Amino acid sequence: MNITVASGKGGTGKSMVAANLAWSLSASDPVTLVDCDVEEPNLHLFFPDGHPVVSPVSVLVPDIDPDRCTLCGECARFCAFGALVAAKDRVLFFPEHCHSCGGCAVACPEGAIAEIARPIGTVTERTISPSLRLVTGTLNEGEVLAVKVIQKAKAAAGNAPWVIIDASPGTSCPVVETLTGSDFCILVTESTPFGLHDLAIAYDVTYQMGIQSGVVINRSDGKDEAAHRFCEEKKIPVLAVIPFERRIAEIQGSGNLISRRDPAWKERFCAIGRACRALWEGA
Amino acid sequence: MRICIPSRGPEPGDLVDERFGRAPYYLIFDSESGTKESYKNPAAEGMGGVGPRAAQFLLDKNVQVLVTARIGGNALGALKAGGITILLYEEPGKTVNDAITAYKGGGLKEQ
Repeated sequence: MNITVASGKGGTGKSMVAANLAWSLSASDPVTLVDCDVEEPNLHLFFPDGHPVVSPVSVLVPDIDPDRCTLCGECARFCAFGALVAAKDRVLFFPEHCHSCGGCAVACPEGAIAEIARPIGTVTERTISPSLRLVTGTLNEGEVLAVKVIQKAKAAAGNAPWVIIDASPGTSCPVVETLTGSDFCILVTESTPFGLHDLAIAYDVTYQMGIQSGVVINRSDGKDEAAHRFCEEKKIPVLAVIPFERRIAEIQGSGNLISRRDPAWKERFCAIGRACRALWEGA
Repeated sequence: MRICIPSRGPEPGDLVDERFGRAPYYLIFDSESGTKESYKNPAAEGMGGVGPRAAQFLLDKNVQVLVTARIGGNALGALKAGGITILLYEEPGKTVNDAITAYKGGGLKEQ
């Protein structure tokens, strides 16, 4: 079963929920945890053990043969992203704007454009325990094609009884790519107006994509009526309410996991996983 | 000499737009023939790569001098590779006609 952990707002505790859920479930089942927050991956901080095996992620970009190029400008006219400019004596290429569509090579009437690989990030695999794997996608600084790294990270994750995927915040292309193919989405929110506002947006994305979802209210101050009302209206189950406690923050903040320190929390996270599976199987 | 000024509107009396790539209009003056051309910037609303696309537009229009308040690194590189001279005109609230006058008076700093 593939579960993506998402939220509209950043900082609600996606990574906290994903890491604890994966750790707890791995006590009895094989689990692959995937960090698809490729611009700022952080799950490895909770799992310092495990030898990292790094593979590069590359995309194809144009390589222009100056001997064949007639500076006609067809490639630059085709490029919707401004990655190519036909100047007086050469064609300039701005690699960070290139979306690797390959259109320029097709548009070139002289056959002067070949496609070559350019690294934009990495996928790192770690074996944390015999039943827990961590796959981390990392996008190099300054790059924009997060989606390509996410695709590679998900491919490297493969299948497992549980695949837990941590998404980036927001609802843009990287989140949609992360959610694609998921069986279920856990939406993490918090007891603030911003948390609720962005929960509604994130829920809408899962709804549009036809992915079943459930909500975890994190850092709850006990005044979550608005979030509960929203979930009731939309008929989204509230899977858990995690209180705003100094102890939890201290454990998580020091790089540990509340479920690793406290068997009661481990059981609570296992229950979240079981609830997701029951909802998915019931659907 | 063909001189381009990024503008907020299509007329010479309109304000200079301080942004190069996202300016809604480009006004091009031909100092030899005295003609004035006005173009909507096709890249203005683009998601990304606006600077290089705007630079390509100017290169296609055979612009030789750009008078602008600000310019990004990619556009600057593309325009320079295309042999376009970039002159800085950073005074706020001025019209395209004011910019042309300033150009003719000389003394604008080259970027």
